Amino acid sequence: MKRDFKLPDVGEGLTEAEIVRWHVAVGDTVKVNQIIVEIETAKAVVELPSPFEGEVAAILAAEGETVDVGRVIITVDDATEEALTESLVPEEPQKREPVLVGYGVKQGPSKRRARKSPAAPEAVPVSNGSPQRVAVLAKPPVRKLARDLGVDLADVAPSGPNGSITRDDVLAAQVAPVVPLVVEEQEVIPVRGVRKATAAAMVASAFTAPHVTEFLQIDVTETMNAVRRLREQPDFAGVKVSPLLLVAKALVTAMKRHPHANSTWTDEAILIKKSVNLGIAAATERGLIVPNIKDAQALSLPELARALTDLTDRARAGKCTPAEMSGGTVTITNIGVFGIDAGTPILNPGESAILAFGRIRDMPWVVDGQLAVRKVTTLALSFDHRVIDGELGSYVLRDVGAMLEDPLRMLTWA
Amino acid sequence: MTAPTAPPELVQLLTPEGERVEHPDYDIDLTAEEVRSLYRDLVLVRRVDLEAVALQRQGELGLWASLLGQEAAQVGSGRALTDADMAFPTYREHGVAWCRGVDPLHLLGLFRGVNHGGWDPIEHNFHLYTIVIGSQTLHSVGYAMGIQRDGAEAATIVYFGDGATSQGDVNEAFIWASVFNAPVVFFCQNNQWAISEPLEKQSKIPLYKRASGFGFPGIRVDGNDVFACLAVTRAALRNAREGNGPTLVEAFTYRMGAHTTSDDPTRYRVADELEAWKLKDPIERVKAYLFRNQLADQEFFDKVEAEADQLGKDLRARCLALPDPEPAALFEHVYAEPHALLAEEREQFTTYLAGFEGAQ
Repeated sequence: MKRDFKLPDVGEGLTEAEIVRWHVAVGDTVKVNQIIVEIETAKAVVELPSPFEGEVAAILAAEGETVDVGRVIITVDDATEEALTESLVPEEPQKREPVLVGYGVKQGPSKRRARKSPAAPEAVPVSNGSPQRVAVLAKPPVRKLARDLGVDLADVAPSGPNGSITRDDVLAAQVAPVVPLVVEEQEVIPVRGVRKATAAAMVASAFTAPHVTEFLQIDVTETMNAVRRLREQPDFAGVKVSPLLLVAKALVTAMKRHPHANSTWTDEAILIKKSVNLGIAAATERGLIVPNIKDAQALSLPELARALTDLTDRARAGKCTPAEMSGGTVTITNIGVFGIDAGTPILNPGESAILAFGRIRDMPWVVDGQLAVRKVTTLALSFDHRVIDGELGSYVLRDVGAMLEDPLRMLTWA
Repeated sequence: MTAPTAPPELVQLLTPEGERVEHPDYDIDLTAEEVRSLYRDLVLVRRVDLEAVALQRQGELGLWASLLGQEAAQVGSGRALTDADMAFPTYREHGVAWCRGVDPLHLLGLFRGVNHGGWDPIEHNFHLYTIVIGSQTLHSVGYAMGIQRDGAEAATIVYFGDGATSQGDVNEAFIWASVFNAPVVFFCQNNQWAISEPLEKQSKIPLYKRASGFGFPGIRVDGNDVFACLAVTRAALRNAREGNGPTLVEAFTYRMGAHTTSDDPTRYRVADELEAWKLKDPIERVKAYLFRNQLADQEFFDKVEAEADQLGKDLRARCLALPDPEPAALFEHVYAEPHALLAEEREQFTTYLAGFEGAQ
């Protein structure tokens, strides 16, 4: 028989979750406790194990879709005929409204059974018109919300139990333009998650590592030609070949030529890293994250291309593991994709250098004494001056530039 | 960030590689049968825990606090207890419950919200789970002082975490136990994380060293070494029973999973740390020891694995079959004896429930 799996409340009082990724497809055989899907709730990304054994009959929620708790997301045919007792399956999980922690669930339509017989209306003290203020009932978080929004609770019509005011009541009252408050319009975004982590990392980096940024404008016409020719090679079939790939290769090669730049400052010692773990700053829906490619110096160009594509895809999908986001040694930030020429990037904490790669555009350029139209970009290298002196920083940037002006140098130096 | 390195004074009898090492003060002589039985407990307890996490993810439990990684600390200390000793757990002591003969189904019942624990604390000498952080240390000391006054041949052991050491209750319990020389073992599983707070935000000194300030001994033991946990706890309990007062045992371990199923540890700790602790797994080292010394063969390991799977399967079926309690059942568990006011309240509540359409 077909058995439905309803999205459970995996936290305490969560009402919905987003389907991140299905691990099974229709027709697959699943076992009890086999991971079938990853979901993201307000609290965490979690994997859900199958409660049933059998064949997947239907998948009823798409990746990326936000689903209410209690909705059937998958049906499994367990190949049995007899009707199983319904009590084994939580009948209506949406009825559960556990509130061990937090504000509790949103007030939905009441699912209570109706009271028997219309009981005689209880004597409710009716105000005879005089503006008598009675004590308003509202939980402390609701009161705070009202205060924050400038809503007077006395003006709010209660809809909660025992005439109490709910969050929704306050929000509704706020929308009603009873008294146009003269406040500056602004959207309040709580600082948390990736934004909070980014802020902490940036402050820590900017105020501990003395940054220096150097700029170099270069002619990347040959790099663009190389990119075009690489795309035609069968080794690169199915992977993205972009100028970023050659910038990455050039930076990794420069790090190998100048190992002192591939290092971390501690108060006791400078740690020179043997591996070049190449970080790629990625703008994702969740915010800025910097996953890195481990041992990038050991990868061939097609391998590096594949690693880059894979890493950026997974970063955008929010799938990078904490291990991938720690232990980087140097980073590239591709600001060119935003149409920007140059910037002064801030170091990823724990690293000593970061390269900003600006946009590539046609520019007048002098070649062999003649004015020509060439593909030109600007590189900006920020480095930690505690570890890297101007001389070393300049060598690194000069070498990266030289390799991108003449990609054959990558062969020479790699 | 790396895991805090264990200082040399950590008591260890079995290395992460499964090698037996000597310790001058704590040693243990286990028969092959005893080691196999410890291994079996470790594996079964982990299986119970994994099944419970899965059940929670399937919407069958409201919450679960996983003990993953702490099996040795719990089984080692749990197996050190005599029948007469009394244990006071937090909400994570599933391994100790197992050693005390509590059916894991009762633990699931609590987290499924169909009972308040379900086991008889007197029958198993295992107190109900305590959700409040650290309050059970006071209960344990009070119980120990009772043992003292009865002149009984027993001790209490109380479990708590590294985070609980910052609680007033725990420090008060230390003071009372010390001053009254109460027969209690304070068993702190330092799993490095108080939800998302790392140990360095809880203490400037190793936790076991706190005991000296209160006037009783403190010992740090490798919490992932079941032999050492057994040996050290056994000695501390004996010491308590013999009238030498309390001991603080700090079992240095690691919470491999989330704080509870409502928590996402990847938001506050780095994966490298987890990877480092995986190498110190409490079960693998016993397996390596058994293998290396030819105390068990593949058949034995397969049998334990099969037993664990069966246990998980049975537990799942029995959990799903747990009946929901009657609403009025809540009146049965607050007072030991019925009384008039209780009867009146029950009556009111029953009448109220009967007032709904479709009610019996």
